[in-house]
Amino acid sequence: MNIHEHQAKEVLRRYGVAVLEGRACFTADEAVAAADTLGYPCVVKAQIHAGGRGKAGGVQVVRDAAAARRAAESLLGRPLVTHQTGPQGRIVRRLYVERGCEIARELYLGMLVDRGPGRVVVMASTEGGVEIEEIAARTPEKILRETIDPAVGLAPYQARRLAFGLGLGAKAQLGQATAFLTGLYRAFVDCDASLIEVNPLVVTKGGDVVALDAKVAFDDNALFRHTDLRELRDPTEEDPREREAAKFDLSYIALDGNIGCMVNGAGLAMSTMDAIKYAGGNPANFLDVGGGANTEKVKAAFRILLADASVRAIFINIFGGILRCDVLAEGVVQAAREVALTVPLVVRMEGTNVEQGKRILAESGLDIVAAADMRDGAEKVVAAAGRAA
Amino acid sequence: MSVLVDRTTRVLTQGITGATGQLHTRLCREYGSQMVAGVTPGRGGTDFEGIPVFDTVAQAVAATGANASVIYVPPAGAADAILEAADAGIPLVVCITEGVPVLDMVKVKRALEGTGTRLIGPNCPGIITPGECKIGIMPGYIHTPGRVGVVSRSGTLTYEAVFQLTNLGIGQSTCIGIGGDPIIGTGFIDALRLFEADPGTDAVILIGEIGGSAEEEAAAFIRAQVEKPVVGFIAGQTAPPGRRMGHAGAIIAGGKGTAREKIAALEAAGVTMAPTPADLGRTMRDVLRKAGKLP
Repeated sequence: MNIHEHQAKEVLRRYGVAVLEGRACFTADEAVAAADTLGYPCVVKAQIHAGGRGKAGGVQVVRDAAAARRAAESLLGRPLVTHQTGPQGRIVRRLYVERGCEIARELYLGMLVDRGPGRVVVMASTEGGVEIEEIAARTPEKILRETIDPAVGLAPYQARRLAFGLGLGAKAQLGQATAFLTGLYRAFVDCDASLIEVNPLVVTKGGDVVALDAKVAFDDNALFRHTDLRELRDPTEEDPREREAAKFDLSYIALDGNIGCMVNGAGLAMSTMDAIKYAGGNPANFLDVGGGANTEKVKAAFRILLADASVRAIFINIFGGILRCDVLAEGVVQAAREVALTVPLVVRMEGTNVEQGKRILAESGLDIVAAADMRDGAEKVVAAAGRAA
Repeated sequence: MSVLVDRTTRVLTQGITGATGQLHTRLCREYGSQMVAGVTPGRGGTDFEGIPVFDTVAQAVAATGANASVIYVPPAGAADAILEAADAGIPLVVCITEGVPVLDMVKVKRALEGTGTRLIGPNCPGIITPGECKIGIMPGYIHTPGRVGVVSRSGTLTYEAVFQLTNLGIGQSTCIGIGGDPIIGTGFIDALRLFEADPGTDAVILIGEIGGSAEEEAAAFIRAQVEKPVVGFIAGQTAPPGRRMGHAGAIIAGGKGTAREKIAALEAAGVTMAPTPADLGRTMRDVLRKAGKLP
């Protein structure tokens, strides 16, 4: 789960991580009031779940109330297009007005779970403001890494080593830098974060070490034990279809094609998308109904597929293990009766109770194209979508 | 022959009184696995269809000699269940649970270091030696005893591969679902090492997916240390970057972890790649014929 910059900073502040004072604002009036309180110059920042806001004009320095109003009005309610949003951009619905600071140096700091060793790793670089992937590609030797033993936590010597590596070894900064890093790690562990990125981490002209931007993502699997963090979810940043799917505990990702897919198992769902592309088509979604799906869940999944106006044909690809084919078939038939089925439906089914499943579909009177295997199914659904388009 | 589990394996179920635990304990027993005990704290002294239930894993091990454990405990308690099994000295722990917090697994992985416990999973279908022992949620009837090892990050894709093999008359030595999470116990390399050493395995199917670098590391290991033929497949060749595709571990981050890189690495290591999952069985058949292992 991703959150906004202002929320991320609020979380980090609780752990003693140095951030600048700021206010979240939803109207231009609020933004001007916040700017007046914080004092000028200050910064008006668009809050969307995407990076690259600065380059896209989403971060504006303002020197008086009139400029603050102009900035707020130019951003609010309009799409902001960054290299991460896609061409349609994201509508800006909230701003963060933050106190300004004079920047002496920009650094990079990231914290994430490294799958190889199975541990949290801190990555740091003196190349602040640049994306870490770019640094990794261009100058990998400039990336400092510290892998954290979960039984020990971020050891003081590791924090110091990072601080010295970042050129923060001067007496005034060493303590600040290590406190910053220690707080960041505590926040990561306490909140079950999957990623914390501070880019840039700045050294002000006054010598302070401060998070100028902050990105925090939480592990969805751990949200059950963080009721407070769940409140930070911003539904307007999510695809409505994905939101609906999440209610039924379905794993759904909207894509830009026209073939709806319903599959059990993430690996099979991914390769079903692959098979559709091989056959010359384009999947409209990734949808894993999961192993333990019941009729209700299958119905919900089917409704979500049918509600998507871009869907021209549907491919159901099931290998019944725990999810029995008869349960799936029952769900499909019930859903198709409730919502008028207007597009061709191709079904490939194998596994537990497959004969019962096939019989339920055959006796339903629904217009269903049966497929022998997933490649056959992919070819048939691509052909059907072509005819329907 | 087989790896890790066989007809002598004595299995205990952690979370035996939950719906999933009950269903699959029953199915595994019907398959022929020795399901000797169950653990649910607070239910000690009762039984599930004749299988004795204990309050703690240590009690269950002492009373029944269980030497493998399967975990169906909900995500919040799954890490604790793994640690309890390890503490009781169980050598093989299979965690089926999906949705275990990643930082819980960071701790578990650290805690298992230096112990004699091997973990499979979490978020996996389990492990099966066809005809002998099934531990997990895979449909038993699609398997047939034989000499091909299967190791996979994806459950249903494993079933696809196994079903095709069985239909072609090619049996399996052992099938290991290693799980779709970013942090797992047994990985590709561990499984490859076991299959390479197993005289009952002639060849291996390796099914990977996008995200992380486990497939690239497996490729390096195959190149250096695996003599037996390997057939591979990578799921997620058309997945958009930055999105988590169902499995928590299946995400292309910063241009890394793509299917293209993984396929290239495996091919360079001499692995025969199946173009689609529908080709896994046929590809293995051709490879076995070429190796003189199949008429």
